[in-house]
Amino acid sequence: MDLLTPEFGLFFWTLLAFLIVLFILGKVAWKPILSSLDEREKGIADSIATAERVRNEMSQLQAENEKLLVQAREERSQMLKEAKDTRDRIVNEAKDMAKAEANKIIVDAQHQIQQQKMTALTEVKNEIGNLAVEVAGKILRTQLNAADGQEAYMKMLSEDIKLN
Amino acid sequence: MSYKRLVSLLVLTFGLFGASFFAAAQGEGNKSNTPNEPATAAEAKPVKEEHKLDVAKVIFGHIADAHEWHLFSIKHEGGEDTHVSIPLPVIVYHPTNGFSMFSSSNFGEAHKNAAGLEVTESYKGYHIEKGMMKEHIIADDGAKIYDLSITKNITSMIISVVILLWVMLSVGKKYSKNGAMKAPSGFQNFLEVVVIFIRDEVAKPCLGSKYKTYLPLLLTVFFFIWINNLLGLLPGGANFTGNIAVTACLAILSFIVMMAKSRKHFWSHLLNPPGVPGWMKPMLVLIEVASLFIKPMALMIRLFANIMAGHIVILALISIVFIFAAINTTVGAGFVPVSLAFTIFMFFLELLVGAIQAFIFANLTAVFIGQAIEEPHDAHHEHEHNIDIVM
Repeated sequence: MDLLTPEFGLFFWTLLAFLIVLFILGKVAWKPILSSLDEREKGIADSIATAERVRNEMSQLQAENEKLLVQAREERSQMLKEAKDTRDRIVNEAKDMAKAEANKIIVDAQHQIQQQKMTALTEVKNEIGNLAVEVAGKILRTQLNAADGQEAYMKMLSEDIKLN
Repeated sequence: MSYKRLVSLLVLTFGLFGASFFAAAQGEGNKSNTPNEPATAAEAKPVKEEHKLDVAKVIFGHIADAHEWHLFSIKHEGGEDTHVSIPLPVIVYHPTNGFSMFSSSNFGEAHKNAAGLEVTESYKGYHIEKGMMKEHIIADDGAKIYDLSITKNITSMIISVVILLWVMLSVGKKYSKNGAMKAPSGFQNFLEVVVIFIRDEVAKPCLGSKYKTYLPLLLTVFFFIWINNLLGLLPGGANFTGNIAVTACLAILSFIVMMAKSRKHFWSHLLNPPGVPGWMKPMLVLIEVASLFIKPMALMIRLFANIMAGHIVILALISIVFIFAAINTTVGAGFVPVSLAFTIFMFFLELLVGAIQAFIFANLTAVFIGQAIEEPHDAHHEHEHNIDIVM
């Protein structure tokens, strides 16, 4: 039974040492360790939640990007089409305008040609008149000089006219 | 395969070494004793008695507390052995003389006195009386004294406390320095697993939402017991946790916490058990009140008995060699490998037992506190569950 009788000294020192250890470890070891573990667990849970959220956001963003891209493509083709149309329109307009201008120029030119032709004809007519008058004068003067000479002269004149 | 071969090689090597060493020692002992006997018969007689193998004395000498840390003994030609031991401080409180403190080496060797008791010389009015299992400091005047000596067990405990504080403080510092979100490294890894195990497997299931208040106590109990169990396994180590004073101290502490934190619900359940016929109540209350005190007693005895039994078995297995050798040297030598194999097995078992008993002590402390602080709701179910664990 001696073995089962607790010694006072051992009991006392064990109690003292245990309480000191409990106090020191409680303050300096368990507190930082347990709070760090809690904090880390919370941190990990938060990180996982954040990662999940970010992933969702990313997929959402990707979908949006996809949509934007499709829209942009559509807009681009639309713009290209519009540009082509505009180009065609401008070219056609230019062509039309050029044609109109050319026509106007041609018409003007014809008109001018006609006018000048008329002027020239008038001048020719006047000249011919003058010539005729002159010829008539000469004939009259020659007639007045000699009959036969008159005839030869007339012949010469008529040939002259023919040459003209 | 190669591992097995290595183990058997080790056993063989140690076995042969042990056998040759033992045979030499035995031979020398025989040689030294026989010629001396006729010459100085009076002196040689107690010497021979001392040399006789007393396994019980050897084992209890190892597991009991002592006022010096005995390392080994050297046998001498003359028969008087030299005991090499580290003297430890003796602190004694005498009701009339007050405190006195001196080295245990002042007591000297113990000898059998006229009454057949092993006593040392007296110093400053005290002497040590060695009983069958324990030694006590006795005042020469027979007064009731208080022995507060730093004994072998207390020295061992101080070493363990220093190691524990050093390890825990360095790890705690690491946590404070690195912050929570840095991955643990080195010893921190190992410790973290154990701390989380105690928190998640012991504190949370037993104590519910209030586990944070009791976690420091449970962790300290667990690590304090564990490290002392391990230190006790070292060769020459003290049997600290296998001492009833130590386990009583820890059990009383957990009992005090349990009582201090107990709630009305616990007491009403205990003194007026619900759903029981009136005539059975007195009997049940008696059992419940008894169980209140049996709980810390169970804590105390479980740890004490487990660790002490482990020490006794290891020592007994080693002693088998010497028991057989006392009959025949060759038989003793032949038994060395068997004994060594068993001892190694026991050491591994004790390593396991050391951790398991620390865990059980912490776990049962948590269970008992959990019973005392439990809230009225779903109490019945919880109660039954806890009883299952205790059984």
